[in-house]
Amino acid sequence: MKSIHRIPVVLLAALTLLTACERPPVESTQVGFRGMNMADIQNPRAEMGETGYPAALPPASSSGPKAGEVYQNVQVLGDLSVAEFTRLMTSITAWVSPEEGCNYCHNPANLASDDIYTKVVSRRMIQMNQHINSEWQDHVGANGVNCYTCHRGKNVPEYIWFSQGDSGDGNRHFMGWLNGQNQPGEDIGLTSMPQDVFTHYLTSTDAPTVRLASLQPGVDEPSPGTKNAEKTYALMVNWSQSLGVNCTYCHYTGSFQDWENSSPYRITAHYGLNMVRGLNAEYLIPLEGEYPDYRLGPHEGDAPKAYCATCHQGQKKPLGGADAISAYPSLAE
Amino acid sequence: MSMLSFEEKYRVRGGTLIGGDLFDFWVGPFYVGFFGITSAFFALLGTVFIFYGIATGPTWNIWQINIAPPDLSYGLGFAPIDEGGLWQLITICAIGAFVSWALRQAEISRKLGMNYHVPIAFGFAILAYVSLVVIRPVLMGAWGHGFPYGIMSHLDWVSNTGYQYLHFHYNPAHIIAVTFFFTTVLALGLHGGAILSAVNPHQKGDTVKTAYHENSFFRDTIMYSIGSLGIHRLGLFLALNAGFWSAVCIIISGPFWTRGWPEWYDWWLSLPIWS
Repeated sequence: MKSIHRIPVVLLAALTLLTACERPPVESTQVGFRGMNMADIQNPRAEMGETGYPAALPPASSSGPKAGEVYQNVQVLGDLSVAEFTRLMTSITAWVSPEEGCNYCHNPANLASDDIYTKVVSRRMIQMNQHINSEWQDHVGANGVNCYTCHRGKNVPEYIWFSQGDSGDGNRHFMGWLNGQNQPGEDIGLTSMPQDVFTHYLTSTDAPTVRLASLQPGVDEPSPGTKNAEKTYALMVNWSQSLGVNCTYCHYTGSFQDWENSSPYRITAHYGLNMVRGLNAEYLIPLEGEYPDYRLGPHEGDAPKAYCATCHQGQKKPLGGADAISAYPSLAE
Repeated sequence: MSMLSFEEKYRVRGGTLIGGDLFDFWVGPFYVGFFGITSAFFALLGTVFIFYGIATGPTWNIWQINIAPPDLSYGLGFAPIDEGGLWQLITICAIGAFVSWALRQAEISRKLGMNYHVPIAFGFAILAYVSLVVIRPVLMGAWGHGFPYGIMSHLDWVSNTGYQYLHFHYNPAHIIAVTFFFTTVLALGLHGGAILSAVNPHQKGDTVKTAYHENSFFRDTIMYSIGSLGIHRLGLFLALNAGFWSAVCIIISGPFWTRGWPEWYDWWLSLPIWS
């Protein structure tokens, strides 16, 4: 075969491989000094996710008797007027259980009763909402969050995580034990790194620092250890995937740990890390006893927990940076 | 400068690509030609621009000198001189000088009645550079995506670009390019070793060996010898592919893929056979 005849074959093969790719043009945003390729690069044809919250209900009158005086067993939001309280309840129904309606949480025979576990969980979630919006503005900014930020009209938010325990398959001392890695992990960009890094990093407020190396060279401090580098990297890949950004959105890769050279977004992310640790430790994990078995993790029977993707769902700012709370100020107290 | 006895008859007029007899002469051993003039022009002008950039920049430390492309906000337009415009001028000069050099090689090839293998091979090196500073920036919509001219700064650019796609070693074209680069080195090492070991006598008084011995050596080792002409075809094939695939690997990073390269292999996981 003359070599000239091979050219179309090679071109065809190359084109076939490119079908696994995207196409230009792309959108890029500079986040550092020019020429350093500190840029966030997005393909506008990629799936962008949902933007904007559902339209807020019209404001309700704040006059009249308070919900806490009229209804029984109102442990949160009791300061709202009955009209405001009802408006918020209606909104929560639309945000969390649009198909099941009020009875997803309430016993229709006695709305005040805590019989159904979802009512207990919802109450704690409302407190969590208020905690996030009032204490973590360093992360959520003025936009804040409401139930819809995570739930998106579903009973259980789509992006939650459970402990993977001892990673199941096989005897830990013999063949077949994967050590929770070596398979494409959907939460970590389909890489084969340790998959359950969230238990390690996100379950307590004094969890290990996310870093690869000693912060101060020469200072004698416990090393984070080489194996933990994989955990750190896997966690960072998860963040990158959760926000739909690349490493250079926050880091100058010549010196990942150096705050001076990092983009300002890294500071926001750092508050986010501490926020998620607090939310898991103080709100989500303690609810474990309230859930029925089918809501618990398949390996360890642990409570569903949050990470970046729970709110962000692939976007730099959840729902495209839309305002969540100005129409619902009671969620920000 | 003296000439070898057979050299003079090749120093003939004609065969130029442009300009007829203009500059069709030698200075000492060097052929000048129209493209020799343009090579020198662009090379000198570009060097002057570089030194202007260094002189007006913050440092003379050779490691830290950095002439950076414009902000992304300038898109594909011209930027002010001290905000990336200088990088644009230097890029124009560099491409002018490289292309002139390739065309000068082509003119010399024509004078000698040779084929164009040398300028084509050099063209692949030019393609790799042009991919970085023209093709990919144009596809991504801003000159700011080009790499900065500076020893440390261009390494930082490479690092940041690698991490923008999470793990650049998973880039399929990068894998192919790296393989070709290493194979080029392997082939060149084996070839150089084979030639020198045949030509350099093992002991004083031994006769010089030729292609028979070289071929026999490889037939005895791996049952096959590509031959004395074939090794050069192979060398050109490997080297050009190294340059070509490195151009491909950077052009697809951004314009044709914005996510992490490890994720690209999702096509394998989602093949209809098992998904």
